[in-house]
Amino acid sequence: MFYRLSGTYHTSYQADRKLWKIPTDRWLVIALLVLALLAPLFVSPLYLGSYVLPWVIWSAAALSLTLLMGLAGQLHFGFAAVMAIGAYASIHLVRAGVPFELALLLSGLISAVIGAIFGGAALRVKGLYLVMATLAMQYLVDWVVVNVPAISGGAHATLRTPAVSFLFLPIESLAARYWLALGWAVLLTVFFMNVKRTSFGRALVAIRDKDFAAAVIGVDPFKTKLMAFFTSSFMGGVTGAILAFCFYRAVTPEQFGFNVSIQLVAMVLVGGLGSVIGSWLGAGFVLLAPIFLTNLVSGLAASGWVPVSQNFLSHLPLMIYGAMIIGFLLLEPLGLAKIYDNIRKYFLVWPFRHARS
Amino acid sequence: MAYFLELLISGALTGLMYSLVALGFVLIYKSAGVPNLAQGALVMTAGYAVWLVMAWGLNVWIAIPIAAAIMFGFGLVVERLLLRRMVGQPVIMVVMLTLGLEILLRGMVPGILGSAPKPIDLGIGFAPIIIGDVFINRTSLYGGIVALALVGASLLFFRTRTGTKLRAVSDDHVSSWAVGISVERAIGISWGLAGIAAVVAGALWGSSQGVDWTLSALLFPAVAVVILGGVDSVPGVLVGGILVGVLGTVIPGYLDSFAGGSTRDVVTSLIILLTIMVRPFGIFGREDIERI
Repeated sequence: MFYRLSGTYHTSYQADRKLWKIPTDRWLVIALLVLALLAPLFVSPLYLGSYVLPWVIWSAAALSLTLLMGLAGQLHFGFAAVMAIGAYASIHLVRAGVPFELALLLSGLISAVIGAIFGGAALRVKGLYLVMATLAMQYLVDWVVVNVPAISGGAHATLRTPAVSFLFLPIESLAARYWLALGWAVLLTVFFMNVKRTSFGRALVAIRDKDFAAAVIGVDPFKTKLMAFFTSSFMGGVTGAILAFCFYRAVTPEQFGFNVSIQLVAMVLVGGLGSVIGSWLGAGFVLLAPIFLTNLVSGLAASGWVPVSQNFLSHLPLMIYGAMIIGFLLLEPLGLAKIYDNIRKYFLVWPFRHARS
Repeated sequence: MAYFLELLISGALTGLMYSLVALGFVLIYKSAGVPNLAQGALVMTAGYAVWLVMAWGLNVWIAIPIAAAIMFGFGLVVERLLLRRMVGQPVIMVVMLTLGLEILLRGMVPGILGSAPKPIDLGIGFAPIIIGDVFINRTSLYGGIVALALVGASLLFFRTRTGTKLRAVSDDHVSSWAVGISVERAIGISWGLAGIAAVVAGALWGSSQGVDWTLSALLFPAVAVVILGGVDSVPGVLVGGILVGVLGTVIPGYLDSFAGGSTRDVVTSLIILLTIMVRPFGIFGREDIERI
């Protein structure tokens, strides 16, 4: 009833290969996209700048990471370092006089090369050891950024992003910054939805499922893993640059610390590994749920409903965040994407539940 | 030369104290195959537990066994409620679960008990021991001795009846079930033992730098220790600990003045990276042979 079509009944292979198998899905996404594009008109600048804009950018980051973790199955606990490389590279390139459009691409390439070098560790180890190797990458990159004055501008320095324009649109007003970020996130989303249907995407999935078996059927694990790290780090680097120019506008090394890497992995896991809608939902949930719950509790505390100390309140986001990760892993390991999928499947055949596929 | 010797000794002692933290990690990994990234937070919780029991007015030597009992129970509960449900899940889920636990503990324990550093007085005193020109930190010295004793004790423990069961479980879960060993109980016990190791580490580290959330940051050097020593080897903890401690103290001792400080993290990261590149299973670890 809601989807006008009770289930998916394809009669040709072409229909089955479509990106949107059900027209309603397409219309839903188009409606959402229009809403997102018009958001600067009806969302107050405070909410746009502090909630919607970071959500969009972190969704792009989660999409970049889930290409590596969800599709290729390579764990990465140092993704914030990749984004830091992109952010710092783009700022220094723009300062050196490179046009912003080109600087974005170049910073992505730099992160991709460095990320692929560290990803070379993936060719030897997997699982826990890969986690540790990427963890070491996080600490190394952090240290280099902090301790090389040419990069960070000195210890404890803040680097302001220069004023730039993207395709003659000055990236100055909040709306312009939001549209640029949205454009990049939408680009990544479209790329991600399609990469699953290419030979590269299928090779990644084969590597994830079993790399020896993939090698037997003719997928080169060496090349594919390196490509996965390269692609994902490229996307992450550009996202880092967008994050620096569109959201932070003044960059310090702490913004790309180890905790941020963990937050990214949490976004990917809470959303659901390797899922597009999961990346969007997961980024929004991990970013916003602790804020809203903390505001709720501090509001209750202020009105005297719950007696909690200031110290407790300041640690509350951390608690909620940790409990959220544990809760999702135990109760719904497939993440928000699976919850959405269940709801969608329910309404797909509503009210004829017995017809559920 | 005296400077070098001093760095060497203090590094080795610090390394032995790292191995206290790493011991819990190895105990759990060995039996359950779970990389427990919450071990740092467990040490922090244990430090808070010791402080809390001492705040009731008990002597420190009574407080530590009580805290050990509390943490043993805590380890059992964590295993029963969280990790048992993760059996058969991919490693990323388990890693992330322990990380979630570490974040939760890092928020909850200081959030409830207060985030200002809490002192633990073990009665060791702060005056350094001076031999020739070399100053030795008293807490590190006692910490190193305790670490040696504890690792020795756990080696002996693995020869007892329960220890033999734990070794059997670490070899193969299914065969252990087949000969009538309760794998669940063995894994629970190893979590409890990790809790006890955390109490010792928490008390010693807490007495040297105060108990607050920074104790959970010990996870990173401890990870380097277990990677270097071998993730499933108890003696590897000692060797890895001494190596990580010495390298992480001597190299920064000479380089920090040029490189702008905190080279210790770099050395630790490089140890992890190089070990993984050259010999992923560590010095004493068992090489995994994977079947397709």
